[in-house]
Amino acid sequence: MQAAYILWLRQVKKYYRSKSRVIGSLGQPLLFLLAFGFGFGSIYQKAENGNYLEFLAPGIILMSVLFTALFSGIEIIWDKQFGFLKETLVAPVPRINIMLGRTLGGATVATIQGAIVFLLAMLFGFRPQNISMVFIAFVFVFLAALLFTSVGTIIASKMDDMQGFQLIMNFLVMPTFFLSGALFPLSGLPPIMKTFIQFNPLTYAVDGVRGTLTNVFAFSPLTDFAVLAVVTCILLLLGSYFFEKIQA
Amino acid sequence: MDNIIVVKDLVKKFKEVTAVNGISFEVPRGEVFAFLGPNGAGKSTTIKMLTTILDKTSGHITLNGFDPEKNREDVRKSFGIVFQDHSLDDDLTAYENMEFHAALYNVTTANNVRQHRIEEMMKFVELWDRKDSMVKTFSGGMKRRLEIARGLLHHPKILFLDEPTLGLDPQTRNHVWEYLKEINKNENMTIFFTTHYMEEAEKIADKISVIDHGDIIATGTAEDLKKQTSTETLEDAFLALTGKNIRENEATGLDGLRSDSKMWRRH
Repeated sequence: MQAAYILWLRQVKKYYRSKSRVIGSLGQPLLFLLAFGFGFGSIYQKAENGNYLEFLAPGIILMSVLFTALFSGIEIIWDKQFGFLKETLVAPVPRINIMLGRTLGGATVATIQGAIVFLLAMLFGFRPQNISMVFIAFVFVFLAALLFTSVGTIIASKMDDMQGFQLIMNFLVMPTFFLSGALFPLSGLPPIMKTFIQFNPLTYAVDGVRGTLTNVFAFSPLTDFAVLAVVTCILLLLGSYFFEKIQA
Repeated sequence: MDNIIVVKDLVKKFKEVTAVNGISFEVPRGEVFAFLGPNGAGKSTTIKMLTTILDKTSGHITLNGFDPEKNREDVRKSFGIVFQDHSLDDDLTAYENMEFHAALYNVTTANNVRQHRIEEMMKFVELWDRKDSMVKTFSGGMKRRLEIARGLLHHPKILFLDEPTLGLDPQTRNHVWEYLKEINKNENMTIFFTTHYMEEAEKIADKISVIDHGDIIATGTAEDLKKQTSTETLEDAFLALTGKNIRENEATGLDGLRSDSKMWRRH
C-alpha cells in the first residue's frame, strides 16, 4: 500500500507544482461558462426552461473532470517516453498497486480541478439548491474522475506514442462530452442520439451532479450511482489487466 | 563459489526476429561482469529478461536463486538497475526521487533508517548538497550519479548497468567507476554491465562475454580475449570477433518518439 501511496503523492505533487497546467486547464471551462452560459442563456430562458447557467454548470464541472482524468491516465505514455515507467515496472511491488496509486492520484487531481470549476461557476452566479448536497455531488465527481482515469490508463497501456492523440481527442473525448447531456436537456432529442447518450457513462455523472446540486434528475440518483460504480469497477479491472501486460 | 546469475539456453524471439539465440553463461557472486556486443546484438534484450521486464521465449534463468518469471518480486528485490536511458522524474527533486524509490522497495522508515540511507547514498555520489534541486536542473553526469545512488539504495545483491557511462565526459566516467568498484569491494555486490567503451571493460571487468547476432561468441578475461584473437587491445579483439561492418538496427516506435520527446516535454 505504501507503493500506491507514493504514486498517488507523486501525481498530486506534480499537479500543484505545475501552476501553468492548473491555470491553463481552467481556460476552457471558463470559456464554456461565459460563451454558452451567457450566450445561450437568454434563448434558454425564452424557451421557459429556467436558468441556463444552473443547468450548464454541472456539465462544465464534469467536462473539466473528463479532460483532466483522461489525460492523467494517458500520462503513462509520457513516463514511457521519458523512461520513468521502467523504474516502477521493475520495483518489487505488484503492478496492481502501482496502477491503483496512479489512478487514484489522477482521480484526485481531476476532482480538485472539478472543485475549482465549481467555485468558478459560483463566481458567475451558480448557486446549489442545498449546500449540504455538495458533498454528495462530489461523490459523483470522484467516481467519474476514477472512471475516466482508468480509460486513460487503458489507452496509454496500449499506445507507445502520442501519434494517436488527435484520434482520441476527436473520436473519444469530444463525443463523450457533447453526447452526455452536459450542454442540453435530453428531452426531445432524436432517438439515435438518445441511444448514444444512454450508453455514455458521463451522462450519468452529469445527471448525478446536476440532480444533487439543482434537484433536477433525468434518471434517479440511485441509477446514476449504480451505473457509474459498475462501469468504474469494470474499467479499473480492465486497466489493471492492461497495465499488467506492459513490457518495456 | 556460487553463481548469482545462471542462464541456460536462453531464447527470445520477437515475431520472426530472433534477438537472443540460445545463450548460456554464469556470473559468480561478487564478480564484475561485462557484456559486450555491437548495437542490436541482444545485450539489452538479455538484461530485460534478467530483470523481469521482458518474458523469455524459452530457456532458464536463475538470479540470486530465483526465477524471474516465477518469483518476480524476489528477483526484483535482488537487483538494482541503471537503465540505458534516463529514468528519473525530472519534475521531482533529487531527494524525492530517492524517497520514491525507497518507498517502492519498502526500505524501512523505523529509526530514520530510510533517511540515513538516502543521505548516505547521496553523499556517496556527492549530490547531497543538491538534494532539494529539481532533477531537470541537473547535468547528464549528475543524473547518472543520482541513478546509481538510487539503484544502490535498497542494498541490491546485483547491480545492472546498461551503458552507464554513455555520453559522459572522462572525468565523470572515471568517477562513476570509482564509486562502483568501491561498492563492489565493500559489499561484495555483483556488477553486470554493458558498454561500448572497450578500455572501460578492460580496466574494470573480471570477466567479459561478447555477444553478437544473439549468440555468445567469446568469454574470458580481457587477456584471454586478446590472446584468443592475437590482438594487442580489447578493441581490436572485439573487432576481430564481431567484424567491422556497421550494424543497422531498426528503431522501434518508442525509440522514434523518444528522439523527439523533448518537443513534448511540458513544464
